[in-house]
Amino acid sequence: MTNAAPPSTDTVDEVEQPVVRRRRPSIGSRILGGAGELLITAGVLLGLFVVWQLWWTDVEGEQQAASAVAELEEALPPVPEVAGTPRTDTPPVEVAAAEGAVFATLFVPDWGIDYAQPIAEGVDRPTVLDAGRVGHYSETAQAGQIGNFSVAGHRQTYGKPFYAIDTLAAGDQLIVRTAQAWYVYEVTTSDIVRPDQVEVIAPVPGDPGAVATDAMLTLTTCHPLWSTRERYIVHAQLAHWIPLTDGMPAALLPEGS
Amino acid sequence: MYGWIFTHLPGPAWARVIQSAILVAAVVAALFLWVFPAVAPYMPFNDQTVGEG
Repeated sequence: MTNAAPPSTDTVDEVEQPVVRRRRPSIGSRILGGAGELLITAGVLLGLFVVWQLWWTDVEGEQQAASAVAELEEALPPVPEVAGTPRTDTPPVEVAAAEGAVFATLFVPDWGIDYAQPIAEGVDRPTVLDAGRVGHYSETAQAGQIGNFSVAGHRQTYGKPFYAIDTLAAGDQLIVRTAQAWYVYEVTTSDIVRPDQVEVIAPVPGDPGAVATDAMLTLTTCHPLWSTRERYIVHAQLAHWIPLTDGMPAALLPEGS
Repeated sequence: MYGWIFTHLPGPAWARVIQSAILVAAVVAALFLWVFPAVAPYMPFNDQTVGEG
């Protein structure tokens, strides 16, 4: 089109140019436009952070939990798929795992037969709690032993292992599987405490000075949901244990077998 | 800023739209993989343990 235009139109262009040319935006409106873009960017960033925190950490956490449980399972001796005989004599001695290492699996039959969460040593956030694991307070007893085997887990985000903790009632089973045995605990009490009330993980829960005579398990997580103002605590007492080579707890056997 | 980036991308409009989408995906991936995990511990929520409060 422009090639076809005769050279004589040059003068016409000069006349038309002021009409066609876009007015440059004033410096004020450019600053306002830039500030608006920055504000929109900040809003989108905050929105993306919420999406990441509420959705993506769960996706990652569940994957990490499943792979950690599967990895631990490979190292176990073969477990016959029959109900094992519950024993109440002195359980095997469990030694502390290395900091951050996954050493046990937590099962809660009331949360589904597929519910299995890896328990790692320590309650470090980046390597344990935010990596889809339940964390064992290192200063507390080992699984099945006299004392208070205490673990912490997320109630929402990062795989939310303890999301349904408020559904646990007295008598519900919490089962810990180590490399040697299943430890079947039964819920005794649940409580809501302040974050600084460390006596809930004392060897005798609630009584820091006392000498333990029972094997307890304590779960800690945040409360209320989406807040860290308080802690939701569930205590459970060892009911019996089953050697891995002997079978499984009846509650974890697949239906119909 | 975004207008400046769009006008400085090479190629026709459809190619610039695709390049913009790739840029946005890269930024979101970087945020999800590195930036958000790095800032999350400083957020005032998600603490499940007792004794550290």
